[in-house]
Formats: sequence, C-alpha cells, structure tokens
Amino acid sequence: MQWETVIGLEIHTQLATQSKIFSGAPTRFGAEPNTQACAIDLGLPGVLPVLNAEAVRLAVRFGKAIAAEVAERSVFARKNYFYPDLPKGYQISQYEFPIVGEGRVEIVLDDGTVKEIGVTRAHLEEDAGKSLHEDFHGLTGIDLNRAGTPLLEIVSEPDMRSSQEAVAYARKVHQIVRWIGISDGNMQEGSFRVDANVSVRPLGTATFGTRAEIKNINSFRFLERAIQFEVERQIDLLEAGGRVVQETRLYDPDRDETRTMRTKEEANDYRYFPDPDLLPVEVDAALIAAATADLPELPDAMRERFREDYGLGEYDANLLTASRDLAGYFETVAQTSAEPKLAANWISGDLAAALNKAGLEITASPVTAPQLAGMIRRIKDGTISGKIAKQVFESLWNGGGDADTVIETQGLRQITDTGAIETLIDTIIAANPGQVEQYRAGKDKVFGFFVGQVMKQSQGKANPQQVNDLLKQKLAGG
Amino acid sequence: MHEQNILALADDLRTRRYSSVELTRHYLERIARLNPDLNAFITVAAEPALAAAGRADAALAAGTAGPLTGIPIAHKDIFCTQGLRTSCGSRMLDNFIAPYDATVVERLAAAGAVVLGKTNMDEFAMGSSNETSWYGPVKNPWDHTRVPGGSSGGSAAAVAARLCAAATGTDTGGSIRQPAALCGITGIKPTYGRCSRWGMIAFASSLDQAGPMARSAADAALMLQAMAGFDPRDSTSIDTPVPDYTAGLNQDLAGLRIGLPKEYFGDGLDARTAASIDGAIREYERLGARVSEISLPNSPLSVPVYYVVAPAECSSNLARFDGVRYGHRCEAPRDLEDLYQRSRAEGFGPEVQRRIMIGTYVLSAGYYDAYYLKAQKIRHLIAEDFKRAFTQVDVIMGPSSPTTAFPIGAKRDDPVAMYLSDIYTIATNLAGLPGMSIPVAPVDGLPVGLQIIGNYFEEGRLLNVAHRLQEETHWHCAVPTGCA
Repeated sequence: MQWETVIGLEIHTQLATQSKIFSGAPTRFGAEPNTQACAIDLGLPGVLPVLNAEAVRLAVRFGKAIAAEVAERSVFARKNYFYPDLPKGYQISQYEFPIVGEGRVEIVLDDGTVKEIGVTRAHLEEDAGKSLHEDFHGLTGIDLNRAGTPLLEIVSEPDMRSSQEAVAYARKVHQIVRWIGISDGNMQEGSFRVDANVSVRPLGTATFGTRAEIKNINSFRFLERAIQFEVERQIDLLEAGGRVVQETRLYDPDRDETRTMRTKEEANDYRYFPDPDLLPVEVDAALIAAATADLPELPDAMRERFREDYGLGEYDANLLTASRDLAGYFETVAQTSAEPKLAANWISGDLAAALNKAGLEITASPVTAPQLAGMIRRIKDGTISGKIAKQVFESLWNGGGDADTVIETQGLRQITDTGAIETLIDTIIAANPGQVEQYRAGKDKVFGFFVGQVMKQSQGKANPQQVNDLLKQKLAGG
Repeated sequence: MHEQNILALADDLRTRRYSSVELTRHYLERIARLNPDLNAFITVAAEPALAAAGRADAALAAGTAGPLTGIPIAHKDIFCTQGLRTSCGSRMLDNFIAPYDATVVERLAAAGAVVLGKTNMDEFAMGSSNETSWYGPVKNPWDHTRVPGGSSGGSAAAVAARLCAAATGTDTGGSIRQPAALCGITGIKPTYGRCSRWGMIAFASSLDQAGPMARSAADAALMLQAMAGFDPRDSTSIDTPVPDYTAGLNQDLAGLRIGLPKEYFGDGLDARTAASIDGAIREYERLGARVSEISLPNSPLSVPVYYVVAPAECSSNLARFDGVRYGHRCEAPRDLEDLYQRSRAEGFGPEVQRRIMIGTYVLSAGYYDAYYLKAQKIRHLIAEDFKRAFTQVDVIMGPSSPTTAFPIGAKRDDPVAMYLSDIYTIATNLAGLPGMSIPVAPVDGLPVGLQIIGNYFEEGRLLNVAHRLQEETHWHCAVPTGCA
C-alpha cells in the first residue's frame, strides 16, 4: 500500500525579552541554578504575575510577519498539572483565546516549488524550570532559572507531507523569528524547540490516521530523523495489522529512535480556566502600529524581489534570504559590483564553503561585502579571470586588503595585450613543432596542450578567450 | 489606653500622654493575659512590635507622624510579613517565613502602624467559624463557647477583645463582614481591586479582597486610607484615586436612598436578628434616609455559584503547596507521587481538601461547561441585579449573617449549614462590590451585624453611612465582659 505522511508542528520559541514574562527576573542563559528566579518564578505564596509588555509586542510582530490576525483581546489561562519544575502547579498559557490567529508561511522545496503551510495559532506562555537528574544520587535537582521565560508557541496546520517539508517549515519559522528579531533561535540553548505530530494514512484517504506526538526536538537534523523513524514505525505497525496508539513519544538521538513517553490514558486533564490574576490582553491598532513600525522587509517578499531585481532563480533567492545578515551581505555585493549573478555564485559557492569550514557566521566573514564586490568588479572588467579570482579570494580571506591591492602586489592582472600573448604563442609554436604537426594533421585534442602551455607560461594571467582565438589563428595560419 | 479609638490614641501619642512603646507594651500585656484563652493570635511579635513602636516614637517626636503612627494593629495571618511566619492557618505553612511584605502590610508600616502579631484564621481562609485553623478555634470574646465567625475570626476577636486597635482581614465570601458581625465590630470589604492582593495568600483570586476590621467606621476609614490604592504588582488592582475617607465621614444622610432586598429578609433569617436590623433601619429613617424594598432575584444562586467558582480557583491556587520548595513535606517520601500525596494530605485539613476536590472536579474535562462556565454566567447575572438596584438606591442594607454566633462545633460536621452562614455576603464578592458590617442591637448579649452594600468604589459612602449611625447610637461601643 502507498502511504501518505501527515505532519503538524508545535514550535516553542523563546522571546528575546530582557526579563521574564510575568516577573522582573532576567532571562539570561547559563547562570548558576536558581540565581535567576525571583519570588514570582518560585511560586511563593501571595505573589502575582504582571505581564511583560515586550513579550506582547514581540508576539504581535510575529503575527504580522505571518499575515495572521492579531487578536484584539486574548486571555491567559492556567494549565494545571503537577511537576517538580512547575512551581505554581500550573503553567500560565493561552488556551481558548490566543494572541495570534490563523496565518501562513511559505516554504521552498528542493525542486524550487513553493508550498504554503498554515499556522493555526500562536500563543504566549511561560516556560517551566528544569529537572536535573545528573549529579544527584537518587535525587532530582530543580533549576528554576528558566521558569517564567516567555515563549511563543506556534502551532501549524497538519499541512506537511514529508520530513523534508517539516524541516523546511521549521527552518522557515526559525528564519522568521530571527529575521524580525523576536528570538535568538538558539537551539542548543533551548530557545527553539519543536514538537512533531506525525501520522500516516493510505494515500488518497481524507481522514487522518492516529497521531503520535514527538516532544522537544532541538535540532533540524533530529527533527528529520525523528519523523523518518516515526513514519517507518507507524507504517510497519499498520502493515503488520497493528494499530497506532495516540501517545507522546521522545526521540533519542543516540539510538535514533522514538520511544513512548506517556499514552493518552496517562495524559493529564489540564483543567484549563482563565487566570484570575491577569486581565485579558488588549491589543489595539496603535499597539500594532508601534510593534510593527520597524518590521523589516520579510523573507518571502525579499526572495521575490531578489528574483525580480537580480534575476536569481527560486533556489538561489531562497538560499540568499536564509537570514537578514546574509541577504544584506548579498545586496551590498550585488549593488556595489552590479553583478548580482556573480555575487550570488560567489556567496553561495566559495564564500559559503569557506565560512562553513571555518565555522563562521556571515557577520564574521573575513571577506567583507565591499571587498568581495571589488573582486567581482575586476572579474567583470577582465582584470582577472575567474580562475585567478579564486587566488584573489583566498588572499582576501587571509587579510590581504582589498582586491585591487591583492591583484597589484601579487601581479595577478590578466594579460590582455594581444602582442604579448602573440609573442608567447609564437615561442610555444616554435618550441613544439611535433605537436603543431599533429594538430594540423587533424588531431584537435592537441589544441588543449597549447592552451595549457600558454596559460602556464603566463602564470594563468593570459586572458583565456584571447588565447583561444589567437592560438586558433596562428595554428591554422602556420 | 486600650479603650480608646485610633483618633484618640493618635491624639494622646502626639501630645505625649504616653509613648507608642508604652501603648504597645500595654497591648502586648493584654494579649499575654487574654489570648491564651481566646486564641486570636497565631504569632505574637513582641520584639519587632516594640522596635517599630520605638521608631514611631521617634517620628512622633520629630513631628513627621501620620494618623496611624505608633498605633498597634494586627495582621490576619494570610498577609505575608517579611521575617515573621505567615501560616495562613495551615500546617502546610507552619514553617513558612516570607521574604517580602504584602503591599497592605508595607503600606500600613509606611503609615507608621505597629504590628503586634498575626491573627488566627480558618485554614487558607476557608471557613466561616475559624474552626478549620490548624492552630485551633478562636473563641468569641462575647461568649467563649461560641465561634467568632470566619475566616478573619482571629482579627475580629482581637479587635473585639481590645487586643489591638484595629486589624486587617480578607473577605472572599464574607470573611470580614461575617466575623465582624459575630464579634460586634466594624469591618469593610472594599471594591475588588481597591486594595492590592500582592503578598496576600490567594484563596479565590477573583473574589479575595483585603480590608480593615476596627471598632468604628472612623477607625476603619483611617485604616483603609492607608491600605487602599493602585499597586503595579497586582494586575487586578485598579488605578483610581483614593478619596479622603475621614473627610467624608460626616456628610448628611438626608435623602439617602436605602434598598432592602426582599431576598435578604426571607426564610432562614433569625427573627430576632431581623428585628435588630429593623431597629437600625429605623434609625436611618430618623436620619432622613428613604427606605424601599428592592429585589436581587438571582441572589439565591450566589451560594451555589460561589461554591463552584471559589473551589475552582482554590484548587489551582493551592497547587503550589506541593512539598517541593517550601512548606510542609512528608517524612521520607518513597517517590514523587508519594511526596505530593502525603505532603498535601498531611499539610491540608479536611475543609481545604474538600474544596480542592470540588474545584478539581468542576474544572475537569466534561464538567467545565456545566459547572465553571455556567457559574460564571450566573455570576454575571448577579452583578447585573446589583447594577439595576443601584439605579434606584444609593446603598443596600440587610443582615450580615442569618444568625448570631453559633456554638463551637455546631456546624463543624455539616459543611452546607456552614456555607449558608455567608448567604448574605457572598453575592457582593461575586459582583466585586464593597460591603460593610457594623454592630447593631445585640440579641441575647450576642452581637448582630448590619450589612451595608455600596456601588463600585463607594467605600467613602459606606463609611459615611456607618459613621453617621455610630454618631447617633452606641452599639459599636459595647465591649465584651472581661475585655473592658
């Protein structure tokens, strides 16, 4: 039987506020346990939450960035359950009335096609603390530094049909939250966590299969692997005549498998009800205007513009809009050099490879955008060849100054003087009568030998087109 | 000294007839003598009180004193007090010392009041008789075999027995007004949002409100003046100016429109209590008020609605008491489940456990709409009743409690009978309105409370209405035998 995979994602992204969502405690990562938890975060008796306005502003920004309706009135609710790292015995979240309603994002698939993924809602909530099972013999330590950290939970429609689409969507959301400055998206630090709802159904059926939810995936690679494993597990189960059980599972990257965490029967009844300690959140037009006034051009719009303005393909345009910094770098190079295609090739080619190898972000690139543009201008005007350019690029990477300096000091200027090239060719023809004979006897392959010789003699600087043309003339003319 | 009201005490302190330290010492001596029997205090804070009194004397000498400077008061043990145990009447918090002051505590301290200690209360403010306290029942100073009412029974008894000049209380369904009535003192539950809830241990967040318990409306006005006002730490606190309550006390009552809800005078109201209320109403007529009958048709639903809403909120509010971070923890827990179950089973008394279970039930999947949601809708209707009534009348009057103080133990095993003690007070909490109880003519030597309900933020009017009666009558001046 042919199976179809159905995936929906719930993404928890940490909002980039200075303080927690309901207290003034700082949100800095990596502090000593329980040094960033105040009385409110600890859930001491008599304390009360006060909403952080910045968290609301950032949620509004996200809503507008995905073309969603921002609710004029949203309501915080309590999600009640007992857990040692949940100090109040409830998590303050939003339930019936989330701040962000339906929206959509576009993903670009590997073949360049664009697919729209629906966002059901996004709501504000507080994070819980962390249970520490290591370093405590027979005990569990509780670190409440993370308790009360503002999260935006972004819930998608079950619109994805493969692990690749799910990863593309997660990457897209990751791109957006960083792009509009609402989250640092740091996955190692838990600022961007994904829960995947995965089910399979016979291809062509309309109803969904029973889903399993894989919790707390913190890398795109793990997301892909977890979904792949889960899809295979469900298909194997169904094909063997079994039944998928609705449950929560965990992905274990060491063993590359998902495991049962709790079944539906063990699930909590969260007893949601509106939090009487907090007033409904009212968002008016003025607040939306203030929150979105400095919203940058969004990645989808920029991708389209790159296609139109710079003549890039969907794939390149998507790649170069992966982050605002990268897109900005590209635009500088493209505009300064007036060679957008060359700029795109160099950035997604040699520069990306070098950055990747050195483990650097584009913002830390040793080759600045003006430097790269300067080099591309010299390719364009024929001062250097594409091949020599690789040598120039390496010098730029190693701090050799701007492209012109590198070209001059290392004598890399292309030889375009016809006379000089002719002299070279004449010398080589004279020195290799045998090969000349062979060429004239119709052995065309020998032509490459002459090109090679000329380039070698010129240390690669002779203009390859001129070399070609002149060689053909000379060898023919003999 | 203990027979003086706050205004007289303040005068004496200012004129140096005696110092705040002397006054405080006098009250501490009274507590030492009378409290072992009454059990009104859970914690007496003699040393910090004397230290505060010393500071008050310095302020009095420096001429920077306010009306409450050096006045000895007590806080209900629901208000967090930095460095001083806050038990909330529960074994669960028997070992809890808060690292902060409640806003109300902070404000009264800033006004110069001296805190003698923390008063007894029903556990987590759940009760109408003070019998659910882990620290044992409080006795009614008027009759030691009877309850003082609850949940602010310790504060009411302490004020009635002259163990402090005034005290703080909290009122979720009548917990200031009912004990004030049963102990013969004056108590006011302000509009929801008038006093900050920061640092006040939550029972039912949407109903809880702090207020003063005092010997007279004039004293209550001074206390409320210090307690009320916007607090950015409480999102439900309301940012509206606090009027000068004392300045408004003497306004003439001619033309005051008093509404008597027929639902508050029906079956279940003790006939002699009703007669006592009638006597007070006649006094108001004599002062120029016009009395008419009104109807609050949904008020019979207020008890059932309350016993859905309040337990629902309390089941969630009390979830933090889990034995993990502070408070009672059971001995040698086997695992997490055991830690939770035994810590909570040992830490909470039966009434608290009953309400947590009711609340958990009404919020459960499949029952939420039928109970919680429906209760919220009726709550809205109850508020609408009042809104309509206040287009016709200025204040609403009736009994604070259907009976006088009942014997200790009489209703202990009948929770529904106990819940009906608050039948006249609960609706105002559900609507968020201010309500007050003042002493009127006693029945068989036991106090009776007249309840006065006003429109939102009309605490000033309630105090004025109460004060004018207290100017004309002496019911509020009666002192229990042995406490004079």
